[in-house]
Amino acid sequence: MVRDVIIIGAGISGAAIARELSRYRLKVLLLEKEAEPAFGVSKSNSGIIHAGTQNPPSSLKGWLCVEGNRLLREELAADLGLHFVQCGQLIVVFDLADLPELDKIKAEGEALGVKGLEIVDRAWLDAREPNLGPEVKAALYVPSAGIISPYRFVYALVENAVRNGVRLETSSRVTAVRRRPEGFEVVAGGQVFRSRFVVNAAGLYADEVSAMAGAPTFKITPRKGEEYLLDKKREHIANHIIFPLPSKTSKGILIIKTSDGNPMIGPTAHETPDKEDLATTDAGLAEVLAGARRMMPSLDRSDIIAYFAGLRPASGKDFIIRHEDAVPGLVNVAGIQSPGLTSAPAIAVMVAGLLKERGLPLTPKEEFHRLRPRPVHLFQVPLEETARLIEKDPSYGDIVCRCELVSAQEVRDAIRRGARTLDGVKFRTRAQSGRCHGGFCTTRIIKLMQEELGLPVTAVSKRGPGSELIKDERK
Amino acid sequence: MKERQLVVVGGGPAGMAAALAAREAGVADVLLLERDQHLGGILNQCIHPGFGLHHFKEELTGPEYADRFAARVLADPGIEVRLKSFAVKLTPDRRISFLRPGALEEVQAGAVVLATGCRERTREMIPIPGTRPAGVYPAGLAQKMVNMEGWIPGREAVIVGSGDIGLIMARRMALEGVLVKAVIEIQKSSRGLVRNVVQCLEDFGIPLYFQHRISMVRGRDRVESVDVVRVDDEFRDIPGSDFSLSCDTVLVSVGLIPENELLEMAGALIDRKTNTPVAPDVNLTSLPGIFACGNACKVYDLADWVTRDSQLAGRMAARYLGVADL
Amino acid sequence: MKRRMTCIECPQGCSLEVEADGSRFIGVTGYKCRRGGAYARQETEAPLRTLTTSVLTSGLELKMLPVRTSRPIPKARLFEAMAAVKLIVVTSPVKAGAVIAPDFLGLGVDLVACRPLLKK
Repeated sequence: MVRDVIIIGAGISGAAIARELSRYRLKVLLLEKEAEPAFGVSKSNSGIIHAGTQNPPSSLKGWLCVEGNRLLREELAADLGLHFVQCGQLIVVFDLADLPELDKIKAEGEALGVKGLEIVDRAWLDAREPNLGPEVKAALYVPSAGIISPYRFVYALVENAVRNGVRLETSSRVTAVRRRPEGFEVVAGGQVFRSRFVVNAAGLYADEVSAMAGAPTFKITPRKGEEYLLDKKREHIANHIIFPLPSKTSKGILIIKTSDGNPMIGPTAHETPDKEDLATTDAGLAEVLAGARRMMPSLDRSDIIAYFAGLRPASGKDFIIRHEDAVPGLVNVAGIQSPGLTSAPAIAVMVAGLLKERGLPLTPKEEFHRLRPRPVHLFQVPLEETARLIEKDPSYGDIVCRCELVSAQEVRDAIRRGARTLDGVKFRTRAQSGRCHGGFCTTRIIKLMQEELGLPVTAVSKRGPGSELIKDERK
Repeated sequence: MKERQLVVVGGGPAGMAAALAAREAGVADVLLLERDQHLGGILNQCIHPGFGLHHFKEELTGPEYADRFAARVLADPGIEVRLKSFAVKLTPDRRISFLRPGALEEVQAGAVVLATGCRERTREMIPIPGTRPAGVYPAGLAQKMVNMEGWIPGREAVIVGSGDIGLIMARRMALEGVLVKAVIEIQKSSRGLVRNVVQCLEDFGIPLYFQHRISMVRGRDRVESVDVVRVDDEFRDIPGSDFSLSCDTVLVSVGLIPENELLEMAGALIDRKTNTPVAPDVNLTSLPGIFACGNACKVYDLADWVTRDSQLAGRMAARYLGVADL
Repeated sequence: MKRRMTCIECPQGCSLEVEADGSRFIGVTGYKCRRGGAYARQETEAPLRTLTTSVLTSGLELKMLPVRTSRPIPKARLFEAMAAVKLIVVTSPVKAGAVIAPDFLGLGVDLVACRPLLKK
């Protein structure tokens, strides 16, 4: 079978492109090297939906961010059942002499079309953000910024794309891309797939995939970021996403509200040559704590319940989204660092346009399923709603994860929607992401996965082959 | 809404002792909520001996110790036991909501005893730097896997922390054929019982490194090795003292934290450092009629002491209800 | 010859000083109760340990049943005992204290259940 488009990479970019293309009468294949979508760069995303500020006015990512923000707020959040919280953002200064810098960010944001920007003083901040430390003097308030769960955003897009006919192949690392007169041959996971077009959204490996296809036109340099998550009990320490004024070298350490409640502090930003360097470090923790505590001195190391490191797939300052004329049919979507999550819906529309320009007919499907039912999360609903859910399905009353209040039914639902690993269940449901870190619920989740998937316990893994949890079983 | 005289949350050693003592002190009606499918709590997975020397004057395993109380609780017509029942909400005026398969229920309690136990401190709380592969488990989780499920998590293990749980798991893993390479302890001495150092480590030739810490976990998908470094009296790394241990498993046993989230939800004062109720005396909280006992009140060394103080909590609840003098 | 030993009979963990000639016990000091003296002699002559572990079940409400030896067994035979335990499957409901394997390994001790277990 020759498909119309093969998308390489089921991170946020690939997922959004797959969902966008699923509107049309096309045969689309989405390839992912990991065991599940969102397991690469996207899983370490902060979940910030940026307004579009802090991007140069003439940049590609500037307008894609503003447009992506609009698409998410006005369409996708509702259509895909996403829990998007428009909490707004503050960019704070420690010295009133820096106010002109805020004015500049405001002017640049307004030039990109960001609305509602306002410089606010300490009295304004005291009324709305009482835990800010005395060093903070003023801020730029950015009302259209918000937060979302990055992986659930990806899962929603992929689920909806698959519902609309896109084929997803996981654990399929691309090992060769060959240009043929009539299109492409892509070798992945030991299979050969054919298509007219290839969209390369391979994140950290986009440079290698592009080179395989015959366009060694850029290089991805990973930039590592360590993030530290706080206990949900500290949910209300901050009401906005709080940035310091960016320095010349760094965007700075942020205090990030997350859509699930746990505040997060970070990220660091250090270039690394290693595309698999996901280690957190003593130095990273010290840097993050110092940066966050400058804005909010009451933050305590004992509030930290989890941490992780991610790699930004950077290539120069701006995104690379283009058709490679040297390899007709290849569209690269690379260097998608911040604000990639926000921009994804707009990137998807842009990529569809690029494909159309190169001759891909975009004929709308008669029956496009725009809506995706929102998964139930007990932690997001009031108790009366929980009671109604339990009446319909008793398993909603069977609590698996006590720290985050996740029921057996939610775990089963996550597996039925595609979770295949312990991390996949965690990202979809939050089970194991709380303060006990899975100490109490892991065995139960493993058993539910065994039941649903018919796996022996030794085949249940954390994040795919090689990460199996149990070596031997008495049976 | 149903009214209940006393509601005990948690069916481990603390909750069972409190419920039984309250009954003896004259409380007519006790509702005991347990989230698991059995009474006993964590004792069910503590299959090693060492329990009961004080309370029963004989040495029992965890399940045996639990069973002596469970048998009495289940035989008492004045105690209604609700299993698979998870308390999700507590108000300062003692209304409790709990979920169970099939229903959300709400009860008004005359008095409440919280016997919610404790959780393990995790890798993230020390914190141990490095990658986050499969194979890093809280020691109590590994204990549950091995003892309750018959799942052997790894083949070569390093254990962080020489408290009793770490020591006991070292022996347990060794008995199951796992090569336990080392126990790593950042302090100068073990926080565990000295008898456990002898019978859990020395019996099996497992080295114990004092004043050392894991400075890095390595491995992408599964743990491959850990870096270990010696620290000085101020816990600073001693340069050049580091070495690597290959292993596929790291068990983390670095202490316990009382579980008082329900109490905190009710608005009681909680000490942020210890996560224990702020109160003038054992078993009390800052809310009248709401008591906390066992490891939720403070972390105990021995289950026997949990029993002793939780019996007192049961009597305190009875006195609060006006059915007994203390 | 003198050697130091920690008594493991109870959580006190008394530090004992034992005088022995190989496995021939001569005397001990440092214990705080009668059991310490007996422990020192036993540990010198032939160390004993109580084995606690769990055995597989079938058709019962928990997958594993915790068990113990009714009395301590020779320390040197712990691994042999573990291998034997792995061959046992309990298929009928048990009460706490029920004998799972009488005269385990011919040692004159029983393997007993540490908890009751009902049918699934």
